[in-house]
Amino acid sequence: MEIIKTDVAIVGAGGAGLRAAIALAEADPKIRIALISKVYPMRSHTCAAEGGAAGVIKPDDSLDLHFNDTVGGGDWLCDQDAVEYFINEAPKELIQLEHWGCPWSREPDGSVAVRPFGGRKIKRTWFAADKSGFHILHTLFQTSLKYPTIQRFDEYYATDLLVDDGRCQGFTALEIRSGQMKQFQAQAVIIAGGGGGRMFPFTTNGAIKTGDGMALAYRAGVPLKDMEFVQYHPTGLPNTGILLTEGCRGEGGILVNKHGRRYLQDYGMGPETPVGQPVLKTMELGPRDRLSQAFWHEQKKGNTVSTKWGDCVLLDMRHLGEKKINERLPFVRDLSISYLGMDPVKEPIPIRPVVHYMMGGIHTDIQAATPLPGLFAAGECACVSINGANRLGSNSLTELLVFGRRAALSAIAHVQSGLATSNDAALAAKAQDSENRIRALFAKSQGTDSIAGLRKEMMHTMEEGAGIYRTGEELAKTCDKIAELRQRYAGIALHDKTSVYNTDLLQALELGSMLDCAEAVAVGARDRTESRGAHQRLDFTARDDQNFLKHTLAYYHPTEPPRLDYLDVVITKSQPGVRDYSGAKK
Amino acid sequence: MSRKPYLREVPKTTWFLRQPRYMRYMAREVTCIFIFAYTFLLICALGSLADGPDAFQEFLNSLRSPWGVLFNLAVLVVTAYHSLSWFVVTPQAMPIQRGEEFVPGNIIVNAHYGAWAVVSLIILIWGM
Amino acid sequence: MSERQIQLEVLRYNPETDSAPRFQTYAVPCLNEWVVLDALNYVKENLDPTLSYRWSCHMAVCGSCGMMINGEPKLGCKAFIHEYGDSIRVEPLAHFPIERDLVTVVEDFIAKLASVKPYLIPREDQPISAGEFKQTPAELMKFKQYTLCINCMLCYAACPQYGLVPEFVGPAALALAHRYNQDSRDGGRDQRQEVVASDEGVWECSFVGACSEVCPKHVDPAGALQQIKVASTIDWYKEHLMPWVKK
Repeated sequence: MEIIKTDVAIVGAGGAGLRAAIALAEADPKIRIALISKVYPMRSHTCAAEGGAAGVIKPDDSLDLHFNDTVGGGDWLCDQDAVEYFINEAPKELIQLEHWGCPWSREPDGSVAVRPFGGRKIKRTWFAADKSGFHILHTLFQTSLKYPTIQRFDEYYATDLLVDDGRCQGFTALEIRSGQMKQFQAQAVIIAGGGGGRMFPFTTNGAIKTGDGMALAYRAGVPLKDMEFVQYHPTGLPNTGILLTEGCRGEGGILVNKHGRRYLQDYGMGPETPVGQPVLKTMELGPRDRLSQAFWHEQKKGNTVSTKWGDCVLLDMRHLGEKKINERLPFVRDLSISYLGMDPVKEPIPIRPVVHYMMGGIHTDIQAATPLPGLFAAGECACVSINGANRLGSNSLTELLVFGRRAALSAIAHVQSGLATSNDAALAAKAQDSENRIRALFAKSQGTDSIAGLRKEMMHTMEEGAGIYRTGEELAKTCDKIAELRQRYAGIALHDKTSVYNTDLLQALELGSMLDCAEAVAVGARDRTESRGAHQRLDFTARDDQNFLKHTLAYYHPTEPPRLDYLDVVITKSQPGVRDYSGAKK
Repeated sequence: MSRKPYLREVPKTTWFLRQPRYMRYMAREVTCIFIFAYTFLLICALGSLADGPDAFQEFLNSLRSPWGVLFNLAVLVVTAYHSLSWFVVTPQAMPIQRGEEFVPGNIIVNAHYGAWAVVSLIILIWGM
Repeated sequence: MSERQIQLEVLRYNPETDSAPRFQTYAVPCLNEWVVLDALNYVKENLDPTLSYRWSCHMAVCGSCGMMINGEPKLGCKAFIHEYGDSIRVEPLAHFPIERDLVTVVEDFIAKLASVKPYLIPREDQPISAGEFKQTPAELMKFKQYTLCINCMLCYAACPQYGLVPEFVGPAALALAHRYNQDSRDGGRDQRQEVVASDEGVWECSFVGACSEVCPKHVDPAGALQQIKVASTIDWYKEHLMPWVKK
């Protein structure tokens, strides 16, 4: 097996991975950097993020406000020391991105503009029209081309971490175009592989979001943290799940039910604000979990609009006018017209909540280090945790930058700390085991299960039991179902047994990652008998700080469900309080 | 290595038959043959002018022949098409920005039509 | 929901078993609001798991699913079934070698993108502590259009010049160079000229304009290339006729 030796290897070339690579290259031109991704970097799902990235720069804003918004928005499950670090670094990272050429939207005086976003007391979301993630990703990718020390391995799928002597020393990866396995030998590995929203049937996530990075660490013994917290974005297109950014509401869009009522005021987010003049942190600018939950209740009451794509509520932006929509939300208009045949300038758009983001992920500390020496993680695949039980919109893009860089700095420190020598023979043997595991898939003969079939069953049971509202009974069923699917997965065979660009094999491996991660979600949700943030239970409706002001840690087992443990949340300045999104007190 | 990328051949001489837009492009490009021919004609005109009034009259007579008229008509049509097809793409090559807006393309194109009409008128009148 | 039976004719190629690409037809029951990508996914999930193609976002922003649909370069996720008849021909993107089925080898494009130095080379240095470079909305508009490229390569498939002269740097790469040249914060135009204004750069282009016609994001790369030509020509005259004038 070909061995590629490098100093730091990064798995995933989206926002976090690219930021880490650039940080490494800038810190030390002698460091060898291998940047591996299963897709070309500009295909990473960072490109689909629309709304913006939050950071404190305006004089009427303060770091404390960003801190409080984030911690409250996360229902006090955020580690406050991590949030402190995050909000402090955020402005610098956003300015750095601007210095690299990011086309942020501007005020007339030439300074960067900010827009309002959900759950925030002050507007602080930097944006580039309504394609912020796209511009951030392309700015980072294009900037990365400046550095000759960043060696890219495009369309390589990382299969197993190589752990020896208690340290992570690299991984095996499949070169997709040739079907050959390669061994990457590195002194530090950063995982930035993204989330796993595709385990749900209805999601804004692209096809590639299958939790491979999380599974990679998980299978190597690193716990996944807070997996049960899955965010539903309130405004997705009903047929395709395509995202309509929160910026729609930031610019003044309103949500109405079938009676034309702005129903959010019935769920603690009132009083009703004047149309087109949103008041921060109330009504349509409440936090995402509250908005998605309101939809669920409206649906139960029969107040939703029945469309051919299912039940929806309406996002009305007509009052914004064509000029403002074309200037601030051109992509949203294009998407509505293309995929729904409806023009937001002329009519309200039917939308519904769709799975969007996973707050949980690979357990890391505030320096992006996992419990496994030599392994670091950043971005959606990681859980530091700055997002807690519910992420505020526009914190994620900033998170990529702050923790992408932080992971790089930690990796450099690890590399420079003078390490023990590596046992090449032991690593090669482990690499061979990894290859054998993949080859075994080719040897199996056709059974009754198909990859697509198992995937559908997984998506169905996740939506049924681990959706917006959960019960112990449904969750138990989902846990059993996932366990059963994992067993059946072990017997799966490939239809395509060729080597060159075998996407049947890829989908099989991605399904394995999703099943492992899905089990962590379901089991974590079943055992968290409270409601907090995005994890809402009909049988345990209150938040239980006495017993559950802690993170869930899930430890992988190859055949059994994960073993769970708990870790206290780091509280510094902000004691758990009430999340009040009503405008009444203002 | 099991990889064996397959390169699809592009026909070197008949590539433009593959798509209507390529044919339109070739039509535009072919107009320059006619323009070249007319330029050659103008050089002949200069030449005959240098040779004296008789030679020049002979040249003018040849222009009045059926072939001469046909040729001139063809060149007129082709040159008009040539100019129009280039006018239409001028906004792409020379965008005019006023503040945050760009001058709409059709204003630039119409300005070209206008200028063309004015210049043609002047020359026609002056020629008569 | 209305359904239509579509015959999907897909160009297949497996280097391990085929000496040349061949068509394979699938009968796909499509919903009328589907896109061709949905039909391909149906094939892969229900009829033939061996079909390989790239896709991800399904919202025309990642640029993965470029392919030839009835001979026209399109994004699979933006080719609406209701715009086609009952038989649809799907082939890999033209002018790129076929790796496998609808997957092409795109290394040439990646290399060309990198060759034009597509990153900000600041006109003047400024520390992070000094805040952002100031840029007015008008200055942003000057290059904004050219930032929208999703690197889908439809323009390369449409460009007959790229098909005939593979050394041509190509529409998207040159338009990206123009994006940076037009950015008020950038001072790197001279550094890009060597590649951009070379024989294989903008001067290989004869303004067919096919690239702009197929671009799903309305970047207008053809316009960008002509603007580079105009600017480069003016430079040339200034340099040779008025050498005393500094650029």
